[in-house]
Amino acid sequence: MDATCIEVDDVSVFYGERQALSGISMRIPRRQVTAFIGPSGCGKSTLLRCFNRMTDLTDDARVTGRILLNGHDIHDPETDVASLRRQVGMVFQKPNPFPKSIYENVAYGLRLQGGLSKTELDDRVERALTSVGLWGEVLDRLQASALELSGGQQQRLVIARALAVQPDVLLLDEPASALDPISTARIEELIEALKSDYTIVIVTPNMQQAARVSDCTAFLNLGKLVEFDATQTVFTNPAGKQTEDYITGRYG
Amino acid sequence: MNRHISEQYGAALENLRLRLLAMGGLVERQLQKAVRAFTTHDSALAEEVRAGDDEVNRFEVEIDDECIAIIALRQPAAADLRLLVCIMKAGTDLERVGDEADRIAKAAIAAAALPQPANQHAEIAHLSELVAVMLRRALDAFARLDVDAAYDVIAADAEADDAYDAVVRNAGEATAREPELWLNTLWTARALERIGDHAKNLCEHVVYMVKGTDVRHPGSMEAG
Repeated sequence: MDATCIEVDDVSVFYGERQALSGISMRIPRRQVTAFIGPSGCGKSTLLRCFNRMTDLTDDARVTGRILLNGHDIHDPETDVASLRRQVGMVFQKPNPFPKSIYENVAYGLRLQGGLSKTELDDRVERALTSVGLWGEVLDRLQASALELSGGQQQRLVIARALAVQPDVLLLDEPASALDPISTARIEELIEALKSDYTIVIVTPNMQQAARVSDCTAFLNLGKLVEFDATQTVFTNPAGKQTEDYITGRYG
Repeated sequence: MNRHISEQYGAALENLRLRLLAMGGLVERQLQKAVRAFTTHDSALAEEVRAGDDEVNRFEVEIDDECIAIIALRQPAAADLRLLVCIMKAGTDLERVGDEADRIAKAAIAAAALPQPANQHAEIAHLSELVAVMLRRALDAFARLDVDAAYDVIAADAEADDAYDAVVRNAGEATAREPELWLNTLWTARALERIGDHAKNLCEHVVYMVKGTDVRHPGSMEAG
């Protein structure tokens, strides 16, 4: 399979009159972790939201340019947005489990897809919960409300919910910002474990987290892609002065 | 380079840079005194050098402690990280230069007790001049982030090696005649040659700090 999972070709995003992203082109590598870093308002979350067309949900948002997922244009009229979002799962900063049982949270997407027997459903739920390291913690209370879980557990549950429908890509929008250091470390371990099966794109306000979890790092500033390179290069010897100033904590 | 948003962080890095330069200045003086003690048979001056080595060692430990604290507390990246790596490695090289100056001082004390033949120090004087210049220029290159100057010092090491070889060659016959006397000269020449190597290492750290490229061991990295 092609080494590029998502190809971004001259993408710009406008919110009404305001331009949030201008002329972004990049190739997100398959089965690696790519981190987006940059100051607040640089457009990193906006770019992430383009990949599963979450931007469609904002009334005045307009996206130009092309985004190819596995070579297919996600804005093609033929593209089914619901199936795109299954293929490209997303997890947000604040854990957002449904007010349902732990089991139902993970089974939810699978039930929407339909066609699975009870045994198959059980099996997929178990596998998803196992892959996020939650199975052992919840197996005796699968019918308990998901809202009883701790924040870190809820976040892993939400990741399990995204994984249950077997996506290609996992988008993580500041997934550990609301978590304590131990839960954060668990999420980071999970990201490392998941990258053998999924292409992961993470937006993080924490540069050290980007350095720890990612293979490639993109630095965005003022709606533009400033630098995109191997994470080790970006953190030891970035090419651009803007990147250098940002990651070393200098006035830009 | 722009200022850090955290003023304390910027000040801590600048302070470390100045500490390394101060250590470099101390080590330069140690070298100068040790060579003078050897060539003028001044064992009192040599004892001074020997006593001064403790201060060099303290510098190394304090600089390392400060670097480790910054790494733990600030998670430095990019140019800041390379500066810290350079300072830690340069501190080690300067401490070794201090050790070599101490060796020369030891040889000076031993040599001062022996009868002195004429004309035995010309080659040592030449070699010590070469490595003293290398060391000074290496420290200047560090202070000014001057990669070209660093490359000049790296290239100059071959000259120091040649000067060392000349001492060894000419010592051959004389050693047989007056072994004790020439042994001290050989120890000193050997120490000076090593100081040239450390000056060269320092410049390799400077190139890494400024450009982010590792210029040590050219050739051997491809083979591995």
